[in-house]
Amino acid sequence: MVAAGAGWADKANDTLRAAFTKELESVDSYFNSAREGVVLQRAIWDGLIYADPQTGEYTGNLATDWEWIDDTTLELKLREGVTFHDGSAFNADDVVYTVNFVADESNGAVTQRNVNWMESAEKIDDFTVRINTREPFPAALEYLSGPVSIYPSDYYEEVGPSGMGLEPVGTGPYKVVSVEPGKRFVLEKNENYFDGPKGQPSIGNIDIRTIPDVNTQIAEIFSGQLDLIWQVPSDQAERLEQMDQFTVANESTMRVGYLAMDAAGRSGEDNPFTKIEVRKAVNHAINRQELVDELLKGKSIPVHTACFPSQFGCSQEVTEYEYDPEKAKELLAEAGYPDGFTTEFYAYRDREYAEAITSYLNAIGITTDFKMLQYSALRDLNMKGEVPISFQTWGSFSVNDASAMVSQFFKHGELDDARDDEVLEELNIADSSTDPAVREEHYRNALQRIADQAFWAPMFSYNTNYVFTDEVSYTPTADEVLRFHTMSWN
Amino acid sequence: MLRFILKRLGLALLVALTVSFISFSLLYLSGDPAIAMAGESANAEDVAAIRELYGFDRPMLVQYGDWLWSALQLDFGQSYYFRLPVADLIAERLSVTMTLGVCGIVFALVTAVPLGVIAAIRPNSLIDRLALFLSVAGQAMPSFWFGLILIVVFAIQLGVLPASGADSWRHFILPTIVLGYYAMPAIMRLTRAGMLEVLSADYIRTARAKGASESKVLFKHALRNAIIPVVSLAAVQMGFMLGGSIVVESVFALHGAGYLAWESIGRNDLPTVQALILVFALFYIVFTFLADVMNAWLDPRMRSS
Repeated sequence: MVAAGAGWADKANDTLRAAFTKELESVDSYFNSAREGVVLQRAIWDGLIYADPQTGEYTGNLATDWEWIDDTTLELKLREGVTFHDGSAFNADDVVYTVNFVADESNGAVTQRNVNWMESAEKIDDFTVRINTREPFPAALEYLSGPVSIYPSDYYEEVGPSGMGLEPVGTGPYKVVSVEPGKRFVLEKNENYFDGPKGQPSIGNIDIRTIPDVNTQIAEIFSGQLDLIWQVPSDQAERLEQMDQFTVANESTMRVGYLAMDAAGRSGEDNPFTKIEVRKAVNHAINRQELVDELLKGKSIPVHTACFPSQFGCSQEVTEYEYDPEKAKELLAEAGYPDGFTTEFYAYRDREYAEAITSYLNAIGITTDFKMLQYSALRDLNMKGEVPISFQTWGSFSVNDASAMVSQFFKHGELDDARDDEVLEELNIADSSTDPAVREEHYRNALQRIADQAFWAPMFSYNTNYVFTDEVSYTPTADEVLRFHTMSWN
Repeated sequence: MLRFILKRLGLALLVALTVSFISFSLLYLSGDPAIAMAGESANAEDVAAIRELYGFDRPMLVQYGDWLWSALQLDFGQSYYFRLPVADLIAERLSVTMTLGVCGIVFALVTAVPLGVIAAIRPNSLIDRLALFLSVAGQAMPSFWFGLILIVVFAIQLGVLPASGADSWRHFILPTIVLGYYAMPAIMRLTRAGMLEVLSADYIRTARAKGASESKVLFKHALRNAIIPVVSLAAVQMGFMLGGSIVVESVFALHGAGYLAWESIGRNDLPTVQALILVFALFYIVFTFLADVMNAWLDPRMRSS
């Protein structure tokens, strides 16, 4: 009934009403991989460390101090006097239990990459813990300030992931009033929230409904039943902005769109993309700026590297391929395709972007047999090495470190269509060194090699439009995390 | 009558079993479920672990047998996506869809049947033309568009009805109209055609000649016969509404079973999709069965056919 009542609330009732487009699977942050899940995670739970969304600087959150004891051991001093939403006190046992639970693969945390760098955690005393990593893992602080949230040990042990998904308990700025799986989430301000870097929440209640149709979301914000919507398509956002009733804020996201090409010849030795001239031709064929200006708009930018520019180590000093269709045709001719060739072209989302890209390719003589697949089906083909060229995207889970992108795709894994030993070697050094200067140097080398060899054709970054009523004050951040605790009423 | 019912019941069970097997096997043709479950971030080992954990590596017939045995005990497993028991999930979503479906078919029947009858009594009159116009418009308008028009008028302009959600009965008014209007034209035309045909039949003339009142002729003699195909059609429409109200549920954010099915297919949430297909199939089967029985009651000649 709380939820039903909240449906008619507004600023007068101190309730902010927002909408999700997607049915979120589970609120348990280790058992969903959705953007909406990250949003709830930041509201309900805290990490050990906090990364300033503007500067990227790390400060203490549930931990106050930390120190690398050796390459694989991080010791953290924990904050005292913090309580979970259920009233239990936070201490080292909670960290140890959470880390040991999620790091154990058999417990099935969905996004293994976020947690499988941790081997285990051990308690030194009530407010000191050590986290042991499997290998030297320089991006540890970034992960501890992002996807690794700390759960109350006794409660989690008792209810497990499905219980946590229905009645989540954390230390965060908001506590959960009710969860209707996939449909509605009601939060209220945590009056006992500790004085941490996130700051005290201002708005009393948050009522989030899942409304799949964007047009309905817009109708609801018009009829005064919603205060905030996001991920609004650019054409609709433009129209809403012209109406002067709403604030439309646009912010970049870490998601990068790119073309992956089968340079290693996994889909057949005679595959044209094994030839560097063809890959360069593809890179020259596409007008990235035009795609950004006409289709993506907002704060999207053309991207030339295999990572998102703000990520640590994402060097921008790489070979760039300017839009030059004539040069592209010459390169194709050089490669032995004066009349072009026909290839299968795969995509799994953003059909309109993918189609625009294929029209550029068609213009230089690469005829595309366009195939739009479900993500899982494309992934399946990808892993079998049967995809000559595809339009893909990667969001790095908002992890602000180049390893979250370039190292995912160029370390000879099943999705690596380049299989380049030189890149592998550079990434191995960069991923495991604890010296930032060494890391930067070797990421730069790897990214330079990827660009020189044109293994990918990076395209552009994505952006998100946030639309809210004039009563709401909010400044979105570039990591595409909706932070309720930084919102306030005007 | 009992023999007729038993025969139909046996047939219905056979159809249900066949549907369950076909749906089970079709879903395995749509790609490796382990990859879908592992999600965007998984590697080959993750996928292999999931394949083993969920038993996707076993022969399909064994998997089907296990599934059927559990399903008979109303255990449809856990949703891969929501990590909740599928039976609970479906029960919850189905209540929304059932409410919507029943309201929709009632709306369709109470508007379509009287309109059809009046149109048949007065062919080519103004009301007949109006009925024809409504039925053409109903079939030509896509549901999502009609839904949005109603939202714009009643939620935004007039502000009298909510645009989305399922918190109160008022939330169901607009979706009921959209869904009901979709089923209305066919029912109305069938009623009209049936009435026209019956009204020209000999026994109606006989009834009139014997001095029966016009209302008795219309409702006791004519409508009872004209309504037989309408009953069958309404049953099919009802089944369709329960499974096919995806668009309406999506536009009005109702989170019913139809939308759940649509989304679950995209998410490769196999246990949910399999259970929903079975449930929808059972609805069709039950409604068709009920329509058969009702028709047999309305027209005794059908019992022997």
